[in-house]
Amino acid sequence: MTQINTKNLMLFGLVALLFIVTGFMQSWNTTLTILNMGLISAIMALGVNMQWGYAGLFNVGILGFTALGGLAAVLVSMPPVPEAWAAGGPRILLALAAGAGSIVAAVMIYKKMPAGLLRVVVMLAVLIAGFMLYRAIFDPARDAIEAVDPALTGYLGGLGLPVILAWPVGGLFAAGAAWIVGKTALGLRSDYLAIATLGIAEIILAVLKNEDWLGRGVKNVTGLPRPVPYEVELQAADWFLSLTERFGADPVTASSVVVKLSYAGLFAAVLLLLIWMSEMALKSPWGRMMRAIRDNEVSSEAMGKDVTKRHLQIFILGSAVCGVAGAMMTTLDGQLVPGTYNPLRFTFLIWVMVIVGGSGNNWGAVLGGFLIWWLWIMVEPIGLWMMQTITMGMAEDSGLRQHLIDSAAHMRLLTMGLFLLLMLRFNPRGLIPER
Amino acid sequence: MDFLNAIVVLANFVIVPATAYGAQLALGALGVTLIYGILRFSNFAHGDTMAFGAMVTILVTWALQAAGITLGPLPTALLALPIGIAATALLLIGTDKVVYKFYRQQKAKPVIYVIASLGVMFIMNGLVRFIIGVDDQRFADGERFIISARTFREMTGLDEGLAIRTSQGITLVVALICVVALFWFLGKTRTGKSMRAFSDNEDLALLSGINPEKVVLVTWIIVAALATTAGVLYGLDKSFKPFTYFQLLLPIFASAIVGGLGNPLGAIAGGFLIAFSEITVTYAFRRVVNHLLPEEWGPEGLLQLLSTDYKFAVSFAILLIVLLFKPTGLFRGKSV
Repeated sequence: MTQINTKNLMLFGLVALLFIVTGFMQSWNTTLTILNMGLISAIMALGVNMQWGYAGLFNVGILGFTALGGLAAVLVSMPPVPEAWAAGGPRILLALAAGAGSIVAAVMIYKKMPAGLLRVVVMLAVLIAGFMLYRAIFDPARDAIEAVDPALTGYLGGLGLPVILAWPVGGLFAAGAAWIVGKTALGLRSDYLAIATLGIAEIILAVLKNEDWLGRGVKNVTGLPRPVPYEVELQAADWFLSLTERFGADPVTASSVVVKLSYAGLFAAVLLLLIWMSEMALKSPWGRMMRAIRDNEVSSEAMGKDVTKRHLQIFILGSAVCGVAGAMMTTLDGQLVPGTYNPLRFTFLIWVMVIVGGSGNNWGAVLGGFLIWWLWIMVEPIGLWMMQTITMGMAEDSGLRQHLIDSAAHMRLLTMGLFLLLMLRFNPRGLIPER
Repeated sequence: MDFLNAIVVLANFVIVPATAYGAQLALGALGVTLIYGILRFSNFAHGDTMAFGAMVTILVTWALQAAGITLGPLPTALLALPIGIAATALLLIGTDKVVYKFYRQQKAKPVIYVIASLGVMFIMNGLVRFIIGVDDQRFADGERFIISARTFREMTGLDEGLAIRTSQGITLVVALICVVALFWFLGKTRTGKSMRAFSDNEDLALLSGINPEKVVLVTWIIVAALATTAGVLYGLDKSFKPFTYFQLLLPIFASAIVGGLGNPLGAIAGGFLIAFSEITVTYAFRRVVNHLLPEEWGPEGLLQLLSTDYKFAVSFAILLIVLLFKPTGLFRGKSV
């Protein structure tokens, strides 16, 4: 672990103080809501920090990996829809297998046949025929599934397993997507990886929004099972009521606080586990190799290290962590709403966290996660208050005043951009720099 | 006759829109590719630069419209465009002085510039939302069509109509002027030549006494002109919404990379390639085929390869293919 020095402790203490002050000023419920998302953001920042801090890889597709994690939560935890499976389940699977098969066949042809025009033609023919076959099998099955009670289901549903299982599965999904991107874009210029990840994120989002048979698309999946008890259950439980009575708390507020605390406990456990794992990895020979590659690719290659392969490894690992965080977030929300995935919020904000917190340092990334998330939430009320103060002198019905107050919500992006630039300029190593 | 009808349908729904879209992408990609060639980084703020330029132009357009000044059949926005370009140029030069110059002096790695451009993107995005809001803004005025579908039908006697919107015509004309001017500038003028020299070999250019700061300054001005024009044309053709401009980043980058980053000619070719593939793949060919085949052979489905929501997938797929097989792009771009 990082040498515990007073500066770092103070920084964490300061962020804790921010949360505590929010608790006293607003309410503990709000604080816990921010804290829970802060924990998830910290995990995402950890994942990005693995890629950027250990290996210098620039990933701007965090949104996509997070969304895949969300999809995993739905596919694992929601109860299956037997009618939909009967209507077209096996057929969909067959179609997907046919699609995957034709891609594999095309890859085989590319690898086995001698280079030349013939290879290109055969490859294209296989791909086009595969696509036709896929659509021919897929389309009727999709229509049949989506016709099954579209107002309530209209999708295959999930496996009906406990939602906690979705977290590692989300990581696996994200790892799979990362493998595809990394395999093509790694080993080229660093910018190419950035653009390829930007692309895969858009595509994953498009799939989530449009493939109704998979996750109901923009109709959203709501009411995901929870890993923690429901508030109503707590309010009905005798032991809970007697407990609140002893502390003299309002059972309704207390139940919601307890639920959020249990989430926080689960998330904190995952976060600590991940920090421990990545700290151990960083200290191991593997971690030293990673940093050596980051600092000087040429000399590492001279030492016989396969740079591209190692990059692929770390890229997949980091993306998987983002996928886990995505699954956790959907679990916390209890619903999958593809419309809310916004790259500014899910990709670029995470980058601000990593840069501000300290790239290359796990504790820094975690600190950045908490701090920036708190600011992201708090800038809006602060901005509103500021705008009201600035416009105090203006006439009540002034158009400019109204516009300024209405626009306070957009202060967030400005402030975050400013934080990123200032940090990058004056303190590029971040709040808690790499040792 | 049926064959003609099929061609007209194809032209109306694929060729004309794709040409206009391709010209817009090409202008955007030219900006990206220039920044890449001269400053050597991928500018993630480019989409938001386009949005900023378009926003200033829209505000000026509204002011002109309110003052009763219009361009007759042409959109007033063309009159406002120079002011938009000037404002964007000032913003970009200011950004360069405040943000990028420091890293140039530090000789920072390209990826640091990219991260800085993320910060700039945030700020520009926030600025645009702050000033004009997040909603759709319409600012096109003047004549709507060069040829409307009905006039075309009456003129030719065909069943299908071909509509060419004014915005599409203007897009092509303006884009053509921009491209010709750019190539003339890069090829014939002293400053343009020094820019190309700087892009080809920085050390040699410095040795020959080329002032790097001047090259960078001119680059930003040209980029402002290209980005604003692209943004305004896109806004005239479709509509202005800050978030769509951010999303344009992907097809624009794809165009620039497919053509070969740093190569202006490649950026134009890439823009059209991406636009045509995007629209061809997401267009339902049923009506075209219906004209070509006898009635009883008519297809049942829409004959659409992918739904329009997957248009980003098309740019991405092309990008992946190019990265896999020809990482320097179709036209020789800068280093891999």
